[in-house]
Amino acid sequence: MNHPEFCERGLAVRVALFITCVNDTLFPGTGRAVVSLLRRLGCEVEFPAAQTCCGQMHVNTGYQAEGVKLARHFGEVFAGYDAVVAPSGSCASMVREQYPRLARAAGVTLTVPKVYDLSEFLVDVLEVTDVGAYFPHRVTYHPTCHSLRGLRVGDKPTKLLEQVRGLELVPLPAADECCGFGGTFAVKNPAISSAMCADKVRNVMDTGAEVLCAADNSCLMHIGGTLKRQRTGVRVMHLAEILARTEADK
Amino acid sequence: MTSPMIPPTRSSRDLILARVRAAVRGAPEVEIPRGYRTAAPGTDLVSLLAERLDDYRAQVHVVPEAEVPGAVAAALDRRGAARLVVPGGLPEEWRRAAAAGREIVRDDPPLRADELDRVDGVLTACAVAVAETGTIVLDSGPGQGRRALTLVPDYHLCVVRAAQIVAIVPEAVARLDPAAPQTWIAGPSATSDIELNRVEGVHGPRTLEVIIAS
Amino acid sequence: MSRTFVGMPAFPRNATRAVQNSQLRYNLRKATHTIRGKRAAVVGELPDWAELRAAGKAIKDHTLRNLDTYLLQLEEAVTRAGGHVHWAADAAEANRIVTDLVRATGETSVVKVKSMATQEIGLNEHLAARGITAYETDLAELIVQLGDDLPSHILVPAIHRNRAEIREIFLSKMAEWGRPAPERLTDEPRALAEAARLHLRERFLSTKVAISGANFMIAETGTLVVLESEGNGRMCLTLPETLISVVGIEKLLPTWRDLEVFLQLLPRSSTGERMNPYTSMWTGAVDGQEFHLVLLDNGRTRVLADEVGRQALRCIRCSACLNVCPVYERAGGHAYGSVYPGPIGAILTPQLRGLGSELDRSLPYASSLCGACFDACPVAIDIPEVLVHLRAKARHARAERAGMRAAGWVFDRPERLARAQRLGSRFRRLVPRRLPGPLAAWTDTRDLPDIPATSFRDWWDKTDGGRR
Repeated sequence: MNHPEFCERGLAVRVALFITCVNDTLFPGTGRAVVSLLRRLGCEVEFPAAQTCCGQMHVNTGYQAEGVKLARHFGEVFAGYDAVVAPSGSCASMVREQYPRLARAAGVTLTVPKVYDLSEFLVDVLEVTDVGAYFPHRVTYHPTCHSLRGLRVGDKPTKLLEQVRGLELVPLPAADECCGFGGTFAVKNPAISSAMCADKVRNVMDTGAEVLCAADNSCLMHIGGTLKRQRTGVRVMHLAEILARTEADK
Repeated sequence: MTSPMIPPTRSSRDLILARVRAAVRGAPEVEIPRGYRTAAPGTDLVSLLAERLDDYRAQVHVVPEAEVPGAVAAALDRRGAARLVVPGGLPEEWRRAAAAGREIVRDDPPLRADELDRVDGVLTACAVAVAETGTIVLDSGPGQGRRALTLVPDYHLCVVRAAQIVAIVPEAVARLDPAAPQTWIAGPSATSDIELNRVEGVHGPRTLEVIIAS
Repeated sequence: MSRTFVGMPAFPRNATRAVQNSQLRYNLRKATHTIRGKRAAVVGELPDWAELRAAGKAIKDHTLRNLDTYLLQLEEAVTRAGGHVHWAADAAEANRIVTDLVRATGETSVVKVKSMATQEIGLNEHLAARGITAYETDLAELIVQLGDDLPSHILVPAIHRNRAEIREIFLSKMAEWGRPAPERLTDEPRALAEAARLHLRERFLSTKVAISGANFMIAETGTLVVLESEGNGRMCLTLPETLISVVGIEKLLPTWRDLEVFLQLLPRSSTGERMNPYTSMWTGAVDGQEFHLVLLDNGRTRVLADEVGRQALRCIRCSACLNVCPVYERAGGHAYGSVYPGPIGAILTPQLRGLGSELDRSLPYASSLCGACFDACPVAIDIPEVLVHLRAKARHARAERAGMRAAGWVFDRPERLARAQRLGSRFRRLVPRRLPGPLAAWTDTRDLPDIPATSFRDWWDKTDGGRR
């Protein structure tokens, strides 16, 4: 808890949670994990209830006007916060990387709130890698494209996982390759998407891990949906859910 | 050589230029950052060039300047080259070493392609060599001949002097004059067209032998 | 090449067929993974790769910004050096110019250096229809031409063929085009290269007209630059009495010095070599040769007019983006229905040809937006950005439009989203394992996640963020 920006002002770290529409609707457990983790680390977490969706699906599928509308709304909701934390590399990168491009392409002005992916917020802002978590399982990590090549979070997520007590982190072969989700790509090009996922699943199986972890539930929904369909027995878990576990949860 | 009677396509020229101007109207000017290396001092030029040429399957020998004629003769003997084409302007002692016991063919008047195809090899100097990329540059200057000379024969023996070696590509570009036709050569002819694996030996000389005079 | 891409169905259908072809999958995987490793190694060797990439991007942007000035400068320099410059607004005009130039020599055959521009305009087919045979001399182009096939990669048009298939093509087809393949031909790459050498040797030595493209043209000096590996380029550029180069107007570089950047970027990105075996540079008419330069627009100025899309014109045709693309690796090049396949093709083809056909409208969607192409691009073309930009321009299916509008309506107000979530939760047990309509594409291979009983926002509301 020694980030100068916050410490100098002697304030508790106040963060706005950008839950993302996918997590809000389908994976509320991830949101609860983020809240409990950040509170454990001394943050004051707010949930701006007016938030809906960042507009990624619309923009990336070619519906720019709808996307701009949602981006405007997002800017209004989150403009006042020093730090916005999202448990999704893809949605965080949508705001940080794509809003400026969207503004240029659509010829509009957009507010770009300061959004962090969870691992960036923990490692860069709070400057912690050991979050006091306990998770005695064999885990492999899929870095997800937008975290890796959009936000460039690098090894921040694995640094966090390495500090989790009891956790055995096994490297994922060809980790940097896309799982084939790509939003509407998964249904517009199902054959290629499934072929990409089949290769990802094969690599996951080769690690012998019990749990596949990532910082994006969209990718996990895709890979997890295939793991489940193939009855592999490998579970998928969001990074926040692993980091939130402590010995008390045993 | 006929000069074809084609009407100049003036209107298309004007059309394309007008389209270009309309397309970029109002676009911002762009500054070119040149933060890359333009020299790489401290490089051991001779050994790096030798290593990099060897990487691309050229046969390389490093010898003192005085021993170049001997190395030329030895290379040609090993190759068993009996008929050799030699461009004008090659140092006399190299030429003499090559000529001993061999037939020398001169490219004056210029040889026909099929005549060139019947010689066993070609001996040349070079203009510049780039150590980092293992590249030899010929610019049709003295001792290098026209471009076809180092293309049609199956064997190319090239002598590089230490002073001609630069470390990196920008230094070579700075030394060269684009008015003269150039050939940049990095190893023998090769292809990556079969399964993206490099194999040597297609249409150009299948053997490139380089003598570096240190 | 007598086959064409015209009339192919949309990308997803082509890709579905390709993905089921295990031989093709194997060939592509092997080749792209080989080159990925080589590229990464030689790029990693340079301490200033990022600076070279930044310079390459800026030089291209600067050139495009001032393209009119540099084209005129080039024309003057080439003309001064004894060359002839022709301007072609479209494919038809370029084909007509080349045909007339070949006819003026009285020849009925030409040798060709691998050139994307001449493939783009369908020059070989145009010449064939007028009694002129164009012989491809690049090994991969030869394989495509002999096999009556279509190119599937920018650098290695026959990447979809493995050594055994190439041997078969050589044995069965070389005799129709010239010297037959050696009887005891093996599938060793070295033996196959040797067969190509023998097959083309006589043709190189006797053909009087050559047609090429160019990798770069230098405006200040009028110099053309061709990078290659085999020596077929040097044969075509050097030996014939007449040389005709068809080059896209975006291939310009302002100064001789600018080559110091691109001669480092291109070979390392392309074949994963520190330097390609041969680079030829010539200025105007050389060594008694007659030289014609045909400057080709064919849609490029339309691309230039698009503020976001114009960055595609920076492309130096290295194919690094193809080699790292997970979609290309599985779909292969033919699925893109264009001589420009892969990520760069997905943004270049619909811009050059327009979004009129179903195929061209489907190309911007032939990507998961994973960003590997942008990372690999030596001139930093933000391919995902252009893909998304083109998706916004494409016409969408009515059902999809309605669905997206409905989603937009729900997301417009948090209360609507909350209501929709509650509705989903109430009926969550009724969601079928296999979805109907277009969403079946998901459930064909993947299970659906369970819909939770309570959304996050309702949980937060009910528990005051977990504090109650």
